[in-house]
Amino acid sequence: MVPTNYYLILSAIIFGLGVVAFIFKRNVITIFMSIELMLNAVNLAFVAFSQAKHQSDGQVFVLFVIVVAAAEAAVGLGIIILMQRVRHSLNVERVDLLKL
Amino acid sequence: MPILDHLWIIPLLPLLGSAINGLLGGKWPHNIVNSVALGATGLSFACALEAVREFVSEPNHQALVHRHFFDWISAGTFTAGFDLQMDQLTVVMLLVVTGVGFLIHIYSTGYMAHEGGYYRFFSYLNLFMFFMLILVLAANYVLLFVGWEGVGLCSYLLIGFYFLKKSAADAGKKAFIVNRIGDFGFMLGMFLLFRAFGSLDFTTVFQKAADPSWAHEPWGQFGTMTVACLLLFMGATGKSAQLPLYVWLPDAMEGPTPVSALIHAATMVTAGVYVVARSHILFVHSETAMVVVAVVGCATAFFAATIGLVQTDIKKVLAYSTVSQLGYMFLACGVGVFSAGIFHLMTHAFFKALLFLAAGSVIHAMGGEQDMRHMGGLSKKIKYTYWTMLMATLAISGAPLFAGFFSKDQILLGAYTIEGGKPLYAIGLLTALLTAFYMFRLIFLTFHGQQRYDEHHVHVHESPRSMLGPLVILAVLSIFGGWLALPAFWGGPDYFANFLAPVFSGGEASAAAAASEAAAHSLELPLAGVAVFTALLGFAVAFWLYIRQPGKPEAIAKSVGGLYTTLLNKYYVDELYAAVIVKPLLWLSTEVLWKIVDVAGIDGTVNGIAHGTTSLGDTVRHTQSGNTRSYAVWVVIGALVILAVIFLWPYWSAARPVAGMVR
Repeated sequence: MVPTNYYLILSAIIFGLGVVAFIFKRNVITIFMSIELMLNAVNLAFVAFSQAKHQSDGQVFVLFVIVVAAAEAAVGLGIIILMQRVRHSLNVERVDLLKL
Repeated sequence: MPILDHLWIIPLLPLLGSAINGLLGGKWPHNIVNSVALGATGLSFACALEAVREFVSEPNHQALVHRHFFDWISAGTFTAGFDLQMDQLTVVMLLVVTGVGFLIHIYSTGYMAHEGGYYRFFSYLNLFMFFMLILVLAANYVLLFVGWEGVGLCSYLLIGFYFLKKSAADAGKKAFIVNRIGDFGFMLGMFLLFRAFGSLDFTTVFQKAADPSWAHEPWGQFGTMTVACLLLFMGATGKSAQLPLYVWLPDAMEGPTPVSALIHAATMVTAGVYVVARSHILFVHSETAMVVVAVVGCATAFFAATIGLVQTDIKKVLAYSTVSQLGYMFLACGVGVFSAGIFHLMTHAFFKALLFLAAGSVIHAMGGEQDMRHMGGLSKKIKYTYWTMLMATLAISGAPLFAGFFSKDQILLGAYTIEGGKPLYAIGLLTALLTAFYMFRLIFLTFHGQQRYDEHHVHVHESPRSMLGPLVILAVLSIFGGWLALPAFWGGPDYFANFLAPVFSGGEASAAAAASEAAAHSLELPLAGVAVFTALLGFAVAFWLYIRQPGKPEAIAKSVGGLYTTLLNKYYVDELYAAVIVKPLLWLSTEVLWKIVDVAGIDGTVNGIAHGTTSLGDTVRHTQSGNTRSYAVWVVIGALVILAVIFLWPYWSAARPVAGMVR
């Protein structure tokens, strides 16, 4: 049986990759995907704990996270399509109208 | 429905009149405004008469009638109700206020007929009646103070009635501010009384004060009673225009003449005398307070009379005369003959109101001229005014059998018989001489001698009947008003003093007064003789100077140049106050309070906060780059900080034990 630590380390690595991509990528779709990556890293940690502790709470939580991620994907993709239409670009550096 | 149980009706009627005229009267013709104003005061007068009749005809009419209508203030142990009371002193004040007030209302309908703001004038006048009635009917100091302040407000409004004229507006402000200084003392006096007696109801305070356990405070001892009385008297000096707060009254002549007659001669300015007389039980406990009252009254009487000698404005002469006569009233209170003071208050209300109204009639006849140097020889042209004014002059000068003769005699007698009162008597007598002189000077300058105005420009005409009627009634009162005390001359009862006896029995029946009673009666006739002689002397000098030798006054004025100009400039008191009080205050206000405290301090703080916020925002706004990725970095940094805090907090708190965190 694989020790819980391995799952957690994998989860942390995936999460870290997500964070790095979240900060350094310019393409909005990539950023979006890195967010999904972070969410799934957390899901992995939840499931690992759930299995280690023999409790189902973590698995229930994972279902919630998946639902939220689906909703987020719906809204996020809508924004991305709109951005492509208005800006003709997916580069986040071009979207800086909020600057004071 | 006995009025005595519904005393509130008496003050309420003028208030209603004031409200109706003030709110609705603006578009009404004069006769409707008249009927509302006169109806309100006339009904109030009638109710007062009926209440007095009920009061006197009560079988046990020595008792004080006290009516509680509703609780007004109640805080902790302090309560002040809307309580009205009626005793003999109130009766006198009530009849004077409503009676003279009603007559002056009638007069005003004639005098003000051609003035703008007619409804406003009557609204204020009725409001004044309301507050004055509250003042005299109040059964505790707090309610009295309501009336006290209210009449001050109406005085302010009416002095500044011609508010477009700067001098009138300034005079109104002056009256208000000077009175405020006195009111400050009055309030402190009330607080002290409450601390000493735990109540401000007249009955409670006076009962406790009359208790023998309250020691008499001899001369020079400043106990509770002395300080409280002196503070109350400070209020009285403001309201009744005594030294050193008299300066507002001469300026108050800027108001319309009926106002001068009603407020600044007959009623409001006597409120101070009324308060002292009402609180006589407190005052007789303190030798110091009594001496101060007597000396201030006497000094004011003399001081104002000397200024009155040289004034050329007919109303100014009467104003200083009023200050002087009020001084007499305080002298009476100070030497302990309170009933004589109230007696003089009443007779003075008659003849001084008459003098002012007659002066108003003269001014009306002359088309607005107030300077006596531009009058002269009017006696033939305005006969009614002349004769009524002559009656009032005789009364104020103390001609035998006229009203002022009796009251002034009683005061001088009181001053003479009291221990150490001889100097007061002498100054009082001298003042009587001056009074007779300046009053006859006024009569001679105005009505006799050469005509000193241009007949082509001034059309002299007698006043309408609405103005002459009150003059005649007041003239009759000025002649016969003093006869209440007439029998005293042949050892009979003094009706007026006997009527007031239940009120003043506590104060006047002191052993000394009773012992000198017999001696006083034998003294009364000689002293009266001296007083009459003095008045005659004053008359003779005025006659000689202004009828026989019309050029002489000017020559005398030149020969005593300095003294004359000092008198003409009213001893430079206004200038002194301006230099000592007003100027430094103005300097403090502009240089320190305005430029430093307000502009630099308060505005500086407010503006500083605004500037600080702006510049802080200016600095921080650069974090808002609009770049999505920089926001992402902030989010990550925030998450890391939170994580760091969560993980590292236990180590931190263990390393640095803070008082609040250690269990």
